[in-house]
Amino acid sequence: MSTSRDATRAALAPFDVEAVRREFPILRQTVHGKPLVYLDSAASAQKPQAVIDAEREVCEVYYSNIHRGVHRLSVLATEAYEKARAKVRRFLGAAESREIVLLRGATEALNLVAQTWGRRHVGAGDEVLITGLEHHSNIVPWQMLCEEKGASLRVAPIDDAGEVDLRAFERLLSPRTRLVSVSHVSNALGTIDPVKRMCDLAHAAGAVVVIDGAQAAPHLAVDVREIGCDFYAFSGHKVYGPSGAGALYGRAALLEAMPPWQGGGDMISSVTFEKTTWNEIPYKFEAGTPNITGGIALGAALDWVEKVGLDAIAAHEDDLLRHGTALLSGIPGLRLVGTAREKAGVLSFVLDGIHPHDVGTVLDYEGIAVRTGHHCAQPVMDRFGIPATTRASLACFNTRGDLETLARGIRKVQEMFG
Amino acid sequence: MSDLRELYQEVILDHSKHPHNFREMAEANRRADGHNPLCGDRATVFLRVEGDVVRDVSFKGSGCSISTASASMMTDALRGRTLAEAEALFARFHDLVTADPSRAATASAELGKLAVFAGVHEFPVRVKCASLPWHTMKAALAGGEKATTE
Repeated sequence: MSTSRDATRAALAPFDVEAVRREFPILRQTVHGKPLVYLDSAASAQKPQAVIDAEREVCEVYYSNIHRGVHRLSVLATEAYEKARAKVRRFLGAAESREIVLLRGATEALNLVAQTWGRRHVGAGDEVLITGLEHHSNIVPWQMLCEEKGASLRVAPIDDAGEVDLRAFERLLSPRTRLVSVSHVSNALGTIDPVKRMCDLAHAAGAVVVIDGAQAAPHLAVDVREIGCDFYAFSGHKVYGPSGAGALYGRAALLEAMPPWQGGGDMISSVTFEKTTWNEIPYKFEAGTPNITGGIALGAALDWVEKVGLDAIAAHEDDLLRHGTALLSGIPGLRLVGTAREKAGVLSFVLDGIHPHDVGTVLDYEGIAVRTGHHCAQPVMDRFGIPATTRASLACFNTRGDLETLARGIRKVQEMFG
Repeated sequence: MSDLRELYQEVILDHSKHPHNFREMAEANRRADGHNPLCGDRATVFLRVEGDVVRDVSFKGSGCSISTASASMMTDALRGRTLAEAEALFARFHDLVTADPSRAATASAELGKLAVFAGVHEFPVRVKCASLPWHTMKAALAGGEKATTE
């Protein structure tokens, strides 16, 4: 953690959830006549006023293309965009801003690694190791790579609590393992993976390590150097920023040695019809005009999170998770799916004899937004022998009252379908 | 809750809790597996067709109350129908759950008990739940083995 972040945090008053809620305009509405209870932040988090204002300010005051113009607006926009990159660097604990490639989000970041580092370094007979917890975005890019290269995708299994079997993970590592990609926090179950330990094991086997941090960044302080990973994929929209703005952290030495991905403007240093030379990192991986307003607003979102304090948010959410776990565990006929010792932000559950889709529709009529389905993690569902779950996911703006409303809503569902 | 009851009619809840014709059929000569990849719902429809007539029809699978009730009521409605009538019912049902209110009204009149699914069109994300068994049945009659709502 940077000392500046600690200093900011120390200056803050205790966490005041009502004050936090007032910063989210979208929460001031009713749905089907009931106050909105938003429990779907694992899919995408709502935006505080500071982020909304930042996007508007860019468009109203200094919007322009970046890295190109000599005119005033272009200079201002470029500065703001590069400041946002520096904020992402600080937020992820990276050493240098050039290690931060600004992209659409974690999915694009994972695909970038697969298509550049992966295509260069993974060959026939090699292996890529993931876990049974992964989101489709941390499965499919590696499947595509393995298929193209004649490599094998190996999967470390998870246990009944939804924790990765570390012994199996270790056994699956071998000299053939070129790359390991694991989620920091599972989106479907909320399991926090021991990524530092996994990184050490994977590095000992000579593999490069990618962490899918989409679900972790809103809940945990991330420090890529402490984790020791080679790449870290990050989505802004889950950490109260805009959708379509995120980043890939990559160790500078690796990024420099990687071929570019997409070709186009901004990623080159010179182009002739005979030969093109690549721009330096991170611009080599940033072809085309990026999400300028979104990127700048992502910086505002990270400022906002730091102002509220990630430790305070984590403590608040931990209280909610415990309260919610106790409330839901007390409901007969409800089974929590994903009971790892280390969890963040997710209460996934099934109800005896009642399909999650019906749960979701009835809860919607109580003003409660939850996600129902496979959460883009079909293998996780298969592991538990269920087609789908209902998932309530937490953010800093949720309250114990939200969870009590959820528990009452679930009892209504049971009355209706019981 | 009144809107919600438009969707979850008592008869739909009854069929979802106690589905009719919920069994595999060894003597089936047509079958298809249906899948809604969005929610993971699965339905297998079995038909025994003799000449031009659906002699028997049943289903297995797992799904929400809407898809289970839809499958249950579909199997009741199809027994003894000609293939042409089955196709026509499919079209009417499709109109009911997806089409504009004017066509839905006509469809509703021709569908009898199945008209209880009229409320589904107010819930766009649930239309595929209701139509999955029907798409699967149509695939089975067409000689296909798989149906999907996508």
